[in-house]
Amino acid sequence: MTDQALLQVKQISKLYQPNKGCQNISFDLYPGEVLGIVGESGSGKSTLLRVISGREQPDVGEVLYRDRNQQVHSLFQVSESKRRHLLRSELGVVHQHPLDGLRPRVSAGGNIGERLMAVGSRHYGDIRARASQWLADVEIDIDRIDDTPLTYSGGMQQRLQIARNLVTEPSLIFMDEPTGGLDVSVQAKLLDLMRRLVQELNLAVIIVTHDLGVARLLADRLVVMKNSEIVETGLTDQVLDDPQHAYTQLLVSSVLQQ
Amino acid sequence: MTDQAYNYAYLDEQTKRMLRRSILKAVAIPGFQIPFASREMPMPYGWGTGGMQVTCAVIGKQDTLKVIDQGADDTTNAVSIRKFFQTLAQAKTTEVTSEASIIQTRHRIPESPLQAGQILVYQVPIPEPLRFIEPRETETRLMHALQEYGVMHVKLYEDIARYGHIATAYAYPVKVNAHYIMDPSPIPKFDNPKMHQSPALQLFGAGREKRIYAIPPYTQVSSLDFEDHPFEVQSWDEPCAICGAQDSFLDEVVLDDRGTRQFICSDTDYCRQQQEANRD
Ligand SMILES: Nc1ncnc2c1ncn2[C@@H]1O[C@H](COP(=O)(O)OP(=O)(O)OP(=O)(O)O)[C@@H](O)[C@H]1O
Ligand SMILES: [Mg+2]
Repeated sequence: MTDQALLQVKQISKLYQPNKGCQNISFDLYPGEVLGIVGESGSGKSTLLRVISGREQPDVGEVLYRDRNQQVHSLFQVSESKRRHLLRSELGVVHQHPLDGLRPRVSAGGNIGERLMAVGSRHYGDIRARASQWLADVEIDIDRIDDTPLTYSGGMQQRLQIARNLVTEPSLIFMDEPTGGLDVSVQAKLLDLMRRLVQELNLAVIIVTHDLGVARLLADRLVVMKNSEIVETGLTDQVLDDPQHAYTQLLVSSVLQQ
Repeated sequence: MTDQAYNYAYLDEQTKRMLRRSILKAVAIPGFQIPFASREMPMPYGWGTGGMQVTCAVIGKQDTLKVIDQGADDTTNAVSIRKFFQTLAQAKTTEVTSEASIIQTRHRIPESPLQAGQILVYQVPIPEPLRFIEPRETETRLMHALQEYGVMHVKLYEDIARYGHIATAYAYPVKVNAHYIMDPSPIPKFDNPKMHQSPALQLFGAGREKRIYAIPPYTQVSSLDFEDHPFEVQSWDEPCAICGAQDSFLDEVVLDDRGTRQFICSDTDYCRQQQEANRD
């Protein structure tokens, strides 16, 4: 970790109705750090993630991203062209439903290669080699490189979506319930993979989940949301083992009872 | 039908002015699709109503028109469009490429090199090259504006992954003037190099989709490809069975009910010229 924040979220609000959405959100994220956003359904986790990943304009507030050249960009003040370029190169988004983040009728190789081509790669052999490498990295059989995601299982689709995002070696990826739709055993495998990739790549991740087990396994730090606001934040173990806010205590105990 | 029943070149003058304004904008921004208020033409969409409206807007009494369909001057569609302009624009017509001042075409660029002063009018079914991947018009516009063209190469990547080479043979996408990616209409990729630095003005009209776009004379037009899979045109192992040409686009024709086949020039005017040259 350096002392320079990778992402600074400053007083963000995006409300659809009073207390529906997210409001008064501020936090910093450092390179290589994994931040979990937890909270009950409807508390505003996905809204917050859309805003801080530059995909939805906030009502107020600012999101600052420090790029590879140490230049700081305000995601909603830079040109649309710049914002979309950052989203395709240095940032990534992993959707809960893998097909939302994949091209269903394009082969796995093409899905992974797209981001490379979008940032200017024009050598088929190189693109294919890197797609193959990434398939191997996410533990998908190379033989499946020319098959479309529609022929993949849910777990494979999710790993493919991750590979598609990581191929441009982003500094930060945003994930919304990436293990949500998967069987428990498939989830476990995906979590292992994500943990390994985060460590190997020094990748920063902001992950939305309402599974505290997932949060415990992956996140260095947690943000707990309720009714569109952050009610508690801290190191994951602290928050989960010694919750301060009544709502967090309820959240943790309700999981223990399950 | 009396000539007085219709305005010169069928469309009223206001409409032609509107079309010319769109054409001028299209010429000013090479490869960019300009929306226009497409009119009903006395034929169904898909029969070249976009190309016809463009021709209506640019034709004058001094013009000589050639109309081709798949390279041939004598198909039903080409004949009726030619008759239309003979009747309603008192246009002189020709089948000889070099004699035409306006050539309206579907699916081919003539083999004889075009000259300065000529206008080539293309009939276009689907003008948006990004449509296959993105159905939303708002999004494709943004993609063009920001030159977000990665997906066009994904299409070529898929070809190579599946067939070992770029299998796209028609409507092969091009980049115009180093900015906009453009669908050249369903011409064979064999014709793509002819668009590059052509001395002629190239106008594209899509009637159903209400778009006009253009390549001004002497504009850079490059076909998309990969460094290790460069763009290539079709080639044939044999010459044209009629005229012996080895440099023209050949159609395969079935001669009888026993499956006998021949390859002959798709450009009927070019084939005739070659035959005449052979006789001399
Ligand atoms: N586009 C929208 N238009 C109107 N209201 C919205 C919109 N998106 C979200 N909301 C509302 O904002 C609130 C927060 O929604 P959000 O999807 O951010 O919650 P969440 O914490 O991600 O929930 P879940 O765990 O169920 O995914 C909800 O009340 C939701 O109905
Ligand atoms: Mg959500």
